[in-house]
Amino acid sequence: MKARQKRLVLVGLALIGVAGATTLALSALQSNISYFFSPSQVMASEHPSDAVFRVGGVVVPETVARQADGLTVRFDVTDNAAVVPVSYTGILPDLFSEGQGVVAKGRIGTDGVFYAEEVLAKHDESYMPPEVADTLQTAHIDGIIEQTTESLKQ
Amino acid sequence: MSKSLRFLVPLIIFGALVILLMIGLGKDPTKVPSPLIGKPVPEFSLPALTDPERRVEDEDLQGEISLVNVWASWCVSCRQEHQALMALSKNSDFQIVGINWKDDAQDAREVLRMTGNPYAMNGHDPDNKVGLHWGVYGAPETFVVDRQGIIRYKHIGPITREVWEKTLEPLVAKLKAEG
Amino acid sequence: MIPELGHLALILALLLAIAQAGFPLAGSLTGNRPWMTMARPLAYGQLAFVAIAFAALVQAFLASDFSVLYVAQNSNSLLPDIYKISAVWGGHEGSLLLWALMMAGWGAAVAAFSRNLPLPVVARVIAVMGMVAIGFLLFMLLTSNPFERLFPVPPEGRDLNPLLQDFGLAIHPPMLYMGYVGFSVAFAFALAALIGGKLDAAWARWSRPWTTVAWVFLTIGIALGSWWAYYELGWGGWWFWDPVENASLMPWLVGTALIHSLAVTEKRAAFKSWTVLLAISAFSLSLLGTFLVRSGVLTSVHAFATDPERGLFILLFLCLVIGGSLALYAWRAPEVSEGGRFDLLSRESGLLLNNLLFVAFTVLVLFGTLAPLIYEAFNLGKISVGFPWFNKMFLALAPFLALLLGIGPATRWKHDEPWRLTKTLWIALALSIGMLALASLPAISGGDQWVPIGIALAAWLLFSHLTLVRERLKHKHGSWRQAMLADFSGNGRSFYGMVVAHLGVAMFIVGVTMVSNHEIEKDLRMSPGDSHEMAGYRFEFLGAQKVNGPNYRADQGHFIVYRGQRQIAELFPEKRSYLGGGMPMTEAAIDAGFFRDVYVSLGEAVGGGDWALRLYYKPYVRWIWLGAGLMALGGAIAVSDRRYRTARARRTAPTEAVAAKA
Repeated sequence: MKARQKRLVLVGLALIGVAGATTLALSALQSNISYFFSPSQVMASEHPSDAVFRVGGVVVPETVARQADGLTVRFDVTDNAAVVPVSYTGILPDLFSEGQGVVAKGRIGTDGVFYAEEVLAKHDESYMPPEVADTLQTAHIDGIIEQTTESLKQ
Repeated sequence: MSKSLRFLVPLIIFGALVILLMIGLGKDPTKVPSPLIGKPVPEFSLPALTDPERRVEDEDLQGEISLVNVWASWCVSCRQEHQALMALSKNSDFQIVGINWKDDAQDAREVLRMTGNPYAMNGHDPDNKVGLHWGVYGAPETFVVDRQGIIRYKHIGPITREVWEKTLEPLVAKLKAEG
Repeated sequence: MIPELGHLALILALLLAIAQAGFPLAGSLTGNRPWMTMARPLAYGQLAFVAIAFAALVQAFLASDFSVLYVAQNSNSLLPDIYKISAVWGGHEGSLLLWALMMAGWGAAVAAFSRNLPLPVVARVIAVMGMVAIGFLLFMLLTSNPFERLFPVPPEGRDLNPLLQDFGLAIHPPMLYMGYVGFSVAFAFALAALIGGKLDAAWARWSRPWTTVAWVFLTIGIALGSWWAYYELGWGGWWFWDPVENASLMPWLVGTALIHSLAVTEKRAAFKSWTVLLAISAFSLSLLGTFLVRSGVLTSVHAFATDPERGLFILLFLCLVIGGSLALYAWRAPEVSEGGRFDLLSRESGLLLNNLLFVAFTVLVLFGTLAPLIYEAFNLGKISVGFPWFNKMFLALAPFLALLLGIGPATRWKHDEPWRLTKTLWIALALSIGMLALASLPAISGGDQWVPIGIALAAWLLFSHLTLVRERLKHKHGSWRQAMLADFSGNGRSFYGMVVAHLGVAMFIVGVTMVSNHEIEKDLRMSPGDSHEMAGYRFEFLGAQKVNGPNYRADQGHFIVYRGQRQIAELFPEKRSYLGGGMPMTEAAIDAGFFRDVYVSLGEAVGGGDWALRLYYKPYVRWIWLGAGLMALGGAIAVSDRRYRTARARRTAPTEAVAAKA
């Protein structure tokens, strides 16, 4: 083989590799992305009924209830317009609390309850997931620090 | 493809990336207006911070242009904007109404006593009951409410001179002209 | 007063950086020697002033000077001193200052350790580094001044994010930034070569050790971050494909490709324009990572408080630096000669394939990271890309890379014969196939296809590299040990560095394979006195009690772990509540071992002394970080190779002679 032919072989192999990788990557992407919906959109049935998606908003105060097994938690998530009930079995993240923003990933059951596989409350207290901020059309500035000064005095 | 064109490819890819990132920056969530804009203020009634006998209510926002400022004694950025609010409180075109949010009343009163009180009135909302309806996420936040009690603008973060001069002051002037 | 001095020092550093970017470059283009010789003193001066600014900020933290806004936001008088220092880079402004300090430090290091380079080259390299430094100093002074004052002065600071109050995270950012910023040296060498129009083997030899050192720091930084996430976040994961993690992985991937292609450029004078492009890309991706983390365009668990104004500034800066260098590349690179020819079966081909795989993976990671942005830009909805996608992409490429990694180093430069290669590697191949069969037994694989593949690939790397060592020592005198020692103190360091780094890859593969396929994780509710059996370990929960730390209160669980009848560990996981922020945090308790970790993480109290909690069994998880450690060690060994040391010896000799004359 001449040098030029070898180069062509190499370039050809590279192109095949790139094309293959792209196809693989894109087709795999389709099954691995999850869309985000606000509670209002869920109430308006804009969400997929058979796929995993994410729902985000604020945990409505006084709705967090632990079920008898000690591991399942039920709570409502709102965007100040609509409410979605959520059920999650497992350990909640540290920053999960009433009145705070969360994003839950899972699917909606026939009973209208959102069964979450994963609940995210981000681990920086000065951070707000933009999806949540978007839903509420607000963002978070100075931390959801409660009674800092009070706890310092004690 | 000619040889020298090949070397332009990285630059072109980078250009596409920059355009994408520009769009991403433009979609910054903090820039998106609140859904409450253009809507009447949510009904509320809070005990006044300085005098628990009195109440601060949505009706107090009727008839006058108001800056509704959400603040707390624990919030560092609120202290930062406090001076600006003090200066603004001398302006009689509008009133500054405070919502003291997720705070201890004692601490909040102490802050006002030490650094001055720019607020015409202050509602005390220790457990985020009213804040939730206003869509408050952090402190400080400031809502501009017109004479009819309609929310016209929401500013997230401290009010600085720049924010005042560029956005809030023109808006207040416009609301004043609307009558 | 001291904070103002710090601010002033930053301004002076900026002025010096401007001079540093201007005079030496102008001098190198016009042949003005005095201007070129200004490069070194200016680089030292810039470092001195940035160091003063940094010291001023450290002092403000140690003195708990809450009149400085940044200190008030990131520190607290109760914070232990060690974390007061690490709090300096706990937020956006301070981490930027640390970045600038390292930038100046690398610049000064280039100035100090480049005595044997031609003056115009040094002048250009330092000038390019000055340009980058201008960007960072301006960014800091215009949008993120760490010395901004706060009035009225708050009585107490807001405290450092409790997650950052940890040794691992105290040193993770400095390591990571050393890596990011270190790539600026390779970048500067590449641009200097493009400006000068002289791209040759000498250029590759000069920039190689710098690139490797930066890569070593980045490797350590990423490994520390992963280790920290594992023990501190309490989720038991070691990699989340989070945008910030991806932002650090992309420069690492391209950097890895770069150190390999630099080898080709140095040894065979081939791939020259490709190597330059990689050098530009590695640093560009470091900058892009900064943009993604700090502009708020992407959501991430570690994102700094974001600010669109800062985002715009960084984007502008990116356009100038990356756009400018790529434009220079498009203009100058076509003039670069093609370099040495090579056959299809040759070391060059192997390294080319290595480069393609690394770059392909970088592109995939970049795509996956930006996909949410792409979807939003085209109004296709808000999406997030799940980590299974990244895992799939990794698994699609990594096995090929590992296979190639066993063959490549055994291949000869320029041309090799298939039969010779087969003859060299057949024993290693046979042993690896044996391992594949052994690991396929259900008792080991647990029925998973990836376990035998992973084990066999690791074995392949181990045996093929042992073969290489044997081949190398075959013709040397004396016993194996003597020969190896002689070789090591002689010319062999870069070879042994490579072997160590590649064995690190093997170790990493074993760790990832085992922990991904054999880990056990269980959420459950336990009452005091309860026991739970998992993977042959029995966890006994004795109850939880309140404890107080220096700046937090905590519920502390007490667990005893038994293996059979034998007690092997006592674990005290905590659920902490920090006084400064009131933020709760899980402090997992881990019994670490070479072959497995057992891990307990407290969820929350569910009444009656019961706790919701999570137990983990993590086989071989340490191998992931030990593997990364070996890779870094390998890099360090390679840098200590005689070629670089003799270069230094040669250049110190004349200086001494001059000194003696004087």
